[in-house]
Amino acid sequence: MTNPISDIGGASCILAVGTNTTVAHPIVGLQVKKAVQNGAKLIVINPKEIDLCRFADIFLQNKPGTNIALLMGMMRIIVDEGLLDASFIESRCENFDDFKESLKNFDILTVEKITGVPKEDIIEAARCYATNKPASILYAMGITQHIHGTDNVMATSNLALLTGNIGMPSTGVNPLRGQNNVQGACDMGALPNVYPGYQRVDDSVVQKKFESFWFQDLPSSPGLTHTEIFDAVHDGEIKAIYLVGENPILSEANASHTEAAIAKIEFLVVQDIFLTETARLADVVLPAVTFAEKDGTFTNTERRVQRVRKAIEPVGNAKNDLWITCQIAQRMGGKGFDFSSPFEVMKEIASVTPQYKGISYDRLDKGGLQWPCVSEDHPGTPILHIERFATKSGKAKFMPLEYKPSAELPDDEYPLLLTTDRSLFHFHTSTMTGRVEGLNVLDGHEFVRINPKDAARFEVTDDQMVRVFSRRGEVEAKAKVTDVCPPGVVSMTFHFPESRTNVLTNSALDPVAKIPETKVCAVRVEGMKQ
Amino acid sequence: MAEVSLTIDGLEITANKDMTVLEAALENSIYIPHLCHHPDLEPAGMCRLCMVEVDGKRMVISCKTQIRDGMVVRTESERINRIRKITVQLLIANHQGDCLSCNKSTTCELQCIASYLGIKEEELDLMRRSDKIRPIDTSNPFFDYDPNKCVLCGICVRTCAELQGVSAIDLAFRGFDTSISTFGAKPWVESNCESCGECIIRCPVGALMPKHQLRPSFEVRSVCPYCGCGCGMYLGVRAGRIVGVRGEIDNPSNRGSLCAKGRFGYEFVNHPQRLTEPLIKKNGEFVEASWEEALELVTEKFSQYRGEQFACIASAKCTNEENYVLQKFTRVVMGTNNIDHCARL
Repeated sequence: MTNPISDIGGASCILAVGTNTTVAHPIVGLQVKKAVQNGAKLIVINPKEIDLCRFADIFLQNKPGTNIALLMGMMRIIVDEGLLDASFIESRCENFDDFKESLKNFDILTVEKITGVPKEDIIEAARCYATNKPASILYAMGITQHIHGTDNVMATSNLALLTGNIGMPSTGVNPLRGQNNVQGACDMGALPNVYPGYQRVDDSVVQKKFESFWFQDLPSSPGLTHTEIFDAVHDGEIKAIYLVGENPILSEANASHTEAAIAKIEFLVVQDIFLTETARLADVVLPAVTFAEKDGTFTNTERRVQRVRKAIEPVGNAKNDLWITCQIAQRMGGKGFDFSSPFEVMKEIASVTPQYKGISYDRLDKGGLQWPCVSEDHPGTPILHIERFATKSGKAKFMPLEYKPSAELPDDEYPLLLTTDRSLFHFHTSTMTGRVEGLNVLDGHEFVRINPKDAARFEVTDDQMVRVFSRRGEVEAKAKVTDVCPPGVVSMTFHFPESRTNVLTNSALDPVAKIPETKVCAVRVEGMKQ
Repeated sequence: MAEVSLTIDGLEITANKDMTVLEAALENSIYIPHLCHHPDLEPAGMCRLCMVEVDGKRMVISCKTQIRDGMVVRTESERINRIRKITVQLLIANHQGDCLSCNKSTTCELQCIASYLGIKEEELDLMRRSDKIRPIDTSNPFFDYDPNKCVLCGICVRTCAELQGVSAIDLAFRGFDTSISTFGAKPWVESNCESCGECIIRCPVGALMPKHQLRPSFEVRSVCPYCGCGCGMYLGVRAGRIVGVRGEIDNPSNRGSLCAKGRFGYEFVNHPQRLTEPLIKKNGEFVEASWEEALELVTEKFSQYRGEQFACIASAKCTNEENYVLQKFTRVVMGTNNIDHCARL
């Protein structure tokens, strides 16, 4: 997020696109409700009529996969009506003319046709966002999990730049990150193309720097991403995997493909707290500990680094992940893995990661710090891009965009569009929440949410078991007939092992971010005999 | 922030002019009995216990009276005490008095007020009591609602509406039958309640209580393990187990709020299915192994796959320190950049 969570409540306008905020990020949801209570305008863009719509002034129910067209359409209105922030664009941005040129393809009638949203609503939303300042954009996986996910993100950034809604309180482009430490895992360089602090592995100066930090020659070519790793296993290129705290059998798009790949791995080590669906396929399972049994830090969605503290001793013979990885590394002759505590690791992190340079456990004991925190007396950075952007020129670059349809759209054989969603009561593949009895009482199994018109058309009744087919597989779940989904769209979560939704989803990737398109695929629904 | 001066029970105090008399008093450590006031909520004036005398004549409820310069407030007088006492006696007469076995004991506002006012058991005998024992709603898996202990302050109702925007509950029925009810008086679990538990932590008495609650022997400040909001929380610990979770009021990310997962979803930590020993697959079956044996095997095997034949999938559930070491291991020891995690899923 460019801005802190506590900022959102002060916005005059909030644009929530591709985020089911009250369900997936309930505490951010509270801030949105607070802003609305204080008189802010709320614009919700979502294919489903989510809970947040109860508070919305404007709800744009677009077809899944059409966010670029919708956002560019709004920007075209803002430019045509002169609602842009010319002085901000002039002083802080570049490449505006090329971007403006690309808006030509997004006249309101074309946009209406692509998105299925009435043009009056698009115009109203554009005016609302441009004229109620400060305005904050919130987004989540509804923006990113598309083959054009990167372009979607660029569209949100263009919109904020166009209206000067960045670098000030209660503005910004605010991706809501899904996992407790997904921000931190990225910051730490648990990514194939960057070292800690987003320093590129294929930059020879950076590589030299890390070689001298770590006393070791390092590979210079970027590695493979999550989805690509399983493709490479399929092709016999990757033969051993060390998999920590993840359950790709349920979470990866086109999960049958992933499962088949995992079966081919010559040596799979899974380190986890439970024997997950994926761990069952491992050659060695290493018992790790939960957050309550270890010390360390998590970095949340607003870049706030916070201390996690050990509350209880590890259960049984489980060990913390740090100890396990260091043991393996040292036994293999690795130098620089003799850390006696997470405190020492943080010292090394601070020494190689510019954004974390000023972060230490002593400081964190007084409260979290938002990176960049570049020196020991730096207070942290709640709001990004206040004076300059993190580019060479210091200016933000407008990105010309074009609309690209999703990789797999409904056809005669698979007439419905499946989009994935989450439940308030479960988390990801429910490795943890599935073992909380009360949460299972509140939400115990998968539902295929389907519009009454589609239910009638495909002869499906409420609560009936149905089979959902895609080109990649089939799953069974109960139907929930509801107009939360528009006609033509069905939705499912992926929390429940007995209904593996990701068997259905498409692993077509965004060319830049390599994120699979789990928000759009084509399916067929058939009722099962009672 | 303009300040005004006023006198409460002869004490001269200053406070922000936007405050109510009750807020100004509490901020200056002057207690005025109250049940329906909560600092996070709009004043409701429901319990009438915070009645005070202003400028020697008018009786007003202090939670709804704004302070002004030169105001003279008395928190007690014969008149006030008479009214206050009867109000509390009526509440207590119809309150299930099982304080010894009530988990709210010692933190109960009603207990506190009863002792402040010196309520005597024999005085209560004069009161007409409701002889009905009403059923406890135990339908929610995480908490119960006991109408027999409810003082109808409405804090839960206002929390749900004002703070959560959910409005799952309201005051319903009349007279002795008045209670907190879901829409259509359905069991709590069938309502649109999101089980965030924000009403429970604000309930001044034992009416809304978490199920099976044990008081912790100590608490540890930490961060929620679920989504990316990063809510600050205190883990309640007792005999090596997590027995409760409490939101951290001072944390700037969540200001004490938690959702159902964060507040109630800790059972997995001490779950019997936790992995407690290393496992090695032999002939298709997992066999328990020592750490020494497991680590030797992993080390020997990984040594055969250095370079591009190896990949590490790190975890967005692990700490920064763990992810740092995982990527360092992958790059330095295994000699490849094939490292990623579930950021895209």
